[in-house]
Amino acid sequence: MSVDTGSHTDEPGAEESRQWTARARRAAESAFPPDRLLPDRQPAYMASWIYVFGVLTVVSLAWVIITGCVLAIMGPSWWHVSTAGHFVNSLHLWSVEAFFSFMVIHLWGKFFMAAWRGNRRLTWATGVISFAVSVGAAFTGYLSQQNFDSQWISTQAKDGINATGAGAVWNVLNFGQMLMWHIVLLPIAVVIIAGLHVLLVRRHGIVPPFADDERKSKETVAPPAEEPA
Amino acid sequence: MVLGALLAALINLNGSGHYIHWGFIQISVANFVVILLMIAVFVLAIVLPFPRRKGRDE
Repeated sequence: MSVDTGSHTDEPGAEESRQWTARARRAAESAFPPDRLLPDRQPAYMASWIYVFGVLTVVSLAWVIITGCVLAIMGPSWWHVSTAGHFVNSLHLWSVEAFFSFMVIHLWGKFFMAAWRGNRRLTWATGVISFAVSVGAAFTGYLSQQNFDSQWISTQAKDGINATGAGAVWNVLNFGQMLMWHIVLLPIAVVIIAGLHVLLVRRHGIVPPFADDERKSKETVAPPAEEPA
Repeated sequence: MVLGALLAALINLNGSGHYIHWGFIQISVANFVVILLMIAVFVLAIVLPFPRRKGRDE
């Protein structure tokens, strides 16, 4: 049994539905047609190793999430004591190290390309914000180690955080609060912002080289004269 | 175990860290080496040619 929820657009000439679901669907289809969302061809200037580091960053993030989930399932008595626990704990740490290394190389590449050109400001901004939030996620991770290192870091950080006033609600000496931020709030934020960043890359494409960009802008300003018939 | 012992013999991490002091800049040797390696990877990523499949010029 089905219920008619409004006019349909499948039939030619039919009036377009103004329901929010239909409008959201049309906007999503317009912004992300399937061939743009999952393209199989890219511009020639993408053939560079520098573009690999964005993908490596996403892969490292996936490993951080996967190993973090395993640690959450098994618990501290496993990752502190058993050999397998030590291994997964180390995988979690080293995938974070790889994540930041790849992300910073990606950032260097995009900075020198001025990758915010051509209405790509939001793509750049989401990258910067995801980097900043990732620093917070890593910081709370160091506070959640339950060893002398985490004690040292938290006691060193508390004065700086308290000096900003944020310490009133964000107490780095509160282990439970830092653990919750590390395993719930910040990972959700990083995944959402990084996902938005990737979608914006799909939406606007990669930034063209400077020479190509200048040629296009000249063509826009002064279009070539038409040949006489 | 053998591999672990071999690596531990090459790089002994049991001990206080080494630091570089340059004016107000202070950085551990380990962090400095990581930054140098990242710069090296960045330069290689720009310089090295990317393998391209023949017949794909777009």
